[in-house]
Amino acid sequence: MSTIAAISTPNAVGGISVIRISGEDAISIADIVFKSFSGAALSSMKGYTCAYGEVKKEDQKIDDVIATVFRNPKSYTGEDIVEISCHGGLYITRQILRIILENGAVLAQPGEFTKRAFLNGKMSLTQAEAVMDVISAGSKNELRHAVALKDGAMFKKISGIRQDITRILGDLAAWADYPEDDIPYVEPDKLLAELEQISCALTVLSQTYDYGKLIRDGIKTVIVGRPNVGKSTLMNCMSGYERSIVTNIPGTTRDIVEEHIKIGDLTLALSDTAGIRETDDVIEKKGVEIAIEKISQADLVLAVFDVSQVLSDDDRKIIDSVKNKNVIIILNKTDKEPLLDESYFDSVFSYIVHISAKNSEGLDELQKYLEQMFINEEIEADNSILANERQKICVDCCLKSVNEAADVLRNGESLDAVTVIIDEALENLLKLTGESVTESVVNEVFSRFCVGK
Amino acid sequence: MKYEMGRYDVIVVGAGHAGVEAALASARLGCKTALFTISLDQISNMPCNPSIGGTAKGHLVREIDALGGEMGIAADKCFIQSRMLNRGRGPAVHSLRVQADRVMFHNYMKKVCEDQKNLDIKQAEVAEVIVEDGTVKGIITHLGAKYEAKAVIIATGTYLRGKIHVGEVSYTAGPDAVRAPMSLSESLKSSGVTLRRFKTGTPCRVHKRSINFDILERQDGDDDITPFSFETDKSSLKNQVSCYISYTNSETHRIIKENLHRSPMYSGLIEGVGPRYCPSIEDKVVRFADRERHQLFIEPMGLGTDEYYLQGMSSSLPEDVQLAFLRTIKGLENVEIMRPAYAIEYDCCDPTELKPTLEFKNIAGLYGAGQFNGTSGYEEAAAQGLIAGINAALKVSDRDQIILDRASSYTGTLIDDLVTKGCDDPYRMMTSRSEYRLLLRQDSCDQRLTPIGYKIGLIDEQRYKRLLKKEESIKQEFERVSTLNVAPSPLLDSFLEEHGTSKMKTGCKMADLMRRPQLNYFMLEPFDPGRPDLSYEVCEQVDLKIKYDGYIEKQLLQVEQMRKLNKKLLPEDIDYKKINGLRLEAVEKLSKFRPHSIGHASRISGVSPADISVLLIWLDQNHKNTK
Repeated sequence: MSTIAAISTPNAVGGISVIRISGEDAISIADIVFKSFSGAALSSMKGYTCAYGEVKKEDQKIDDVIATVFRNPKSYTGEDIVEISCHGGLYITRQILRIILENGAVLAQPGEFTKRAFLNGKMSLTQAEAVMDVISAGSKNELRHAVALKDGAMFKKISGIRQDITRILGDLAAWADYPEDDIPYVEPDKLLAELEQISCALTVLSQTYDYGKLIRDGIKTVIVGRPNVGKSTLMNCMSGYERSIVTNIPGTTRDIVEEHIKIGDLTLALSDTAGIRETDDVIEKKGVEIAIEKISQADLVLAVFDVSQVLSDDDRKIIDSVKNKNVIIILNKTDKEPLLDESYFDSVFSYIVHISAKNSEGLDELQKYLEQMFINEEIEADNSILANERQKICVDCCLKSVNEAADVLRNGESLDAVTVIIDEALENLLKLTGESVTESVVNEVFSRFCVGK
Repeated sequence: MKYEMGRYDVIVVGAGHAGVEAALASARLGCKTALFTISLDQISNMPCNPSIGGTAKGHLVREIDALGGEMGIAADKCFIQSRMLNRGRGPAVHSLRVQADRVMFHNYMKKVCEDQKNLDIKQAEVAEVIVEDGTVKGIITHLGAKYEAKAVIIATGTYLRGKIHVGEVSYTAGPDAVRAPMSLSESLKSSGVTLRRFKTGTPCRVHKRSINFDILERQDGDDDITPFSFETDKSSLKNQVSCYISYTNSETHRIIKENLHRSPMYSGLIEGVGPRYCPSIEDKVVRFADRERHQLFIEPMGLGTDEYYLQGMSSSLPEDVQLAFLRTIKGLENVEIMRPAYAIEYDCCDPTELKPTLEFKNIAGLYGAGQFNGTSGYEEAAAQGLIAGINAALKVSDRDQIILDRASSYTGTLIDDLVTKGCDDPYRMMTSRSEYRLLLRQDSCDQRLTPIGYKIGLIDEQRYKRLLKKEESIKQEFERVSTLNVAPSPLLDSFLEEHGTSKMKTGCKMADLMRRPQLNYFMLEPFDPGRPDLSYEVCEQVDLKIKYDGYIEKQLLQVEQMRKLNKKLLPEDIDYKKINGLRLEAVEKLSKFRPHSIGHASRISGVSPADISVLLIWLDQNHKNTK
């Protein structure tokens, strides 16, 4: 049986988190990722003992941790277990789990530790029913989340790549299965180019997908708005101290001011920008250009408007430039007499917050929207992360196979061998939806090629 | 008036490619067997193209041979042209295909059946299957003769309630103007068998003298012929005919499009589901409208006839339209039709009602094989016939029946697909249907299956010993080249450079050199003075074993995983509704398919890994309870 790993503590920020590894290779995998300060290897330790040390990834320290060894059969699952207790941050915990998975463990299915405990005779028969409930409940939750993920941008990107791979396999299958039909020859050079393209797409996906990265580096956020609508005040009120120069002279902020701030579980990498307006001032002009560029790179745009004034041409220009972005509209200065016609915003944007940055009012609502956008609250954090991790693992495994196929092809091996490796690549992506490779490919052949006697 | 006419162990209904393999296997395993056919002149008939093999189908024929079936030997005896397809596309997809002499093939198979001990051949229409208390008891013919049997195999092909369509005309008949059995369907239905309607089509046959061969592209057979049977001596084999290639054109397409309203497919006269892989020419023209031309093969039906077959031109358009569009094709300007193309509808079962042994889940002793199970093709039929015949014989002999798994063979893959996923249109075997295709090469059928055939009793001691000897030679030679050191030398370096691969820096093993994509076992002979004198077949296996070692290892690991789950058998009487923790969809699917094993269950769509975990625990728990 394979060695499995998962985060065993609730997936929330807490004092400590525990990652559990169970199975034949639990101790040897833990020995790769964990180095004790005493120098002793876990494999030399008895059951029920622990060691203080650190988890590293490529010489970069992730965290100081404690590793506890349980030896079979005296453990929860009846197998060898290592539990790594780390400092409870979401990012760190997940990072450690990922390193463990990269070194040979597979992510545990819902209820799998319990299932193994049962299968290894660690539980009585009467507990079996409960175990089955745990598994099915877990899988239902994960399934629910998987369904939610299907609407996500990530899933759409994965689907796109899946189609590309299926198309390639369709070409290869039609070519191999219908040698007597008029099927175009699969050019190895062209195939290699296509595989390289897919490899690039998967690499980008795998990197940008990192939810942990979002937590560590923060969500790239820009605050935009025409001059003097209160961008800097908002930023200062969010970060808790005065950083931008706040005056009532339009165009005071000329540099981009950056700040990392924490709102709930989320970190925003916040940039305050020069107010956007038509200007002749050379220095200010540069600032505006940077601001527009920032919008295009941002994960999130906070577009600020002044409710005490009617919509100007500059405001409309801003609306146009942020329309297709991940945007929260901030209607500032609720402490003043409202003159702005808000109905226009209601029809175009889904996230609109009223605040008074000056009085620090309305920030709770902003936080609520942020969480809605970046944390899917409907699903328990634990399951959402599992499903997320699974997607990433599938993408990474697929990438590995695609690269292998490209290597084998470059080596000049025959296409039947290459095809089997591309099969594997597709299988990894299809794991997300449970479809079968052979069936998908056969359907692809019949839908695209005019083949047969 | 019904009358008793005798008693058999196994009765086979239908003497096509499935029925003949089934009857031969059963009789050869010592069971008293009867083979029924509506016409003795239709035994092993090829009403479509007299061609055997092709991609994946060629693999099936070689598997049949390796297990002790007849089709491969018959094809070697009766072929008139032979080609190995896909040379240069990697050994996993090499596929043997022959053009056979249709009459010769029929005669040969009929004689083999006649000569077979324990086998009686009877011309009669089987009108009824007798089933009592969920167990098959025998059959009744349309003349009223009653035969008792312990097992019955239904292999009715495309004949069952067959209906032929040509243009606006349709009539009840099987292929080649043979009567279609009508009442058997009712009897099967009332016994609890679900019947469905499939359709297939065949092109017309034309007269040789009406074809202008001079302006056609010619296709000859291989110089070096590979036989289907591992037992055939290849030195006696030779090609006797050529095939020809032509193409449709815009004028052909125009005539077809203008007459679509006269096609029964488009006017709605046909209700059966046609195969996706074998579209009629009108389907091709409509569905692939942007294609400027479609290829057709012009192939002889045999040595003693002038009939030629137009592969790729199956149609159900009226006869006058057929003639008109054929005459637009290069080389066919003056063509004369001898038999018009037609579409045929027929009854077939839902293969998900079968166990992987091909026995009906609901009816003990009743088996299905061939096109009756929803497949298409002679080879698919013969492979199932062989397995159904073997299992019926094993059952009546109180022996364990066999299930070939997906990693063992295309035959196993075919049956697993049928009983696990079912089919919505006639199922054709393709290499892409097997995830283990690097293991299931046509050259390795004997190593994969002959030991099984021996164990069953269809392969004799001598043949089995020959296989063991071959395997031993392969092993020894593989070990020899894997341990043999090769030192760099100027001569070898220039050889390597000549073949576009890098020079050697240090010495290495002979096998490492052979593994290089630019080289192989055969090419390196001049640098291997100690090489023993071995047969080509042995050398080929050593070469492939070296080349594919890594991939084979990897696939074998996957196979091991799959087999573990296949070994966990699920009782037939499980009430899935009572298993706590299964999702509703899984309960539905599992109740419907009643899988044979956990492995089987895991391949049913709609059954998730979590459901499989639940089943594993349930099984474990149940097991402990019964201890």
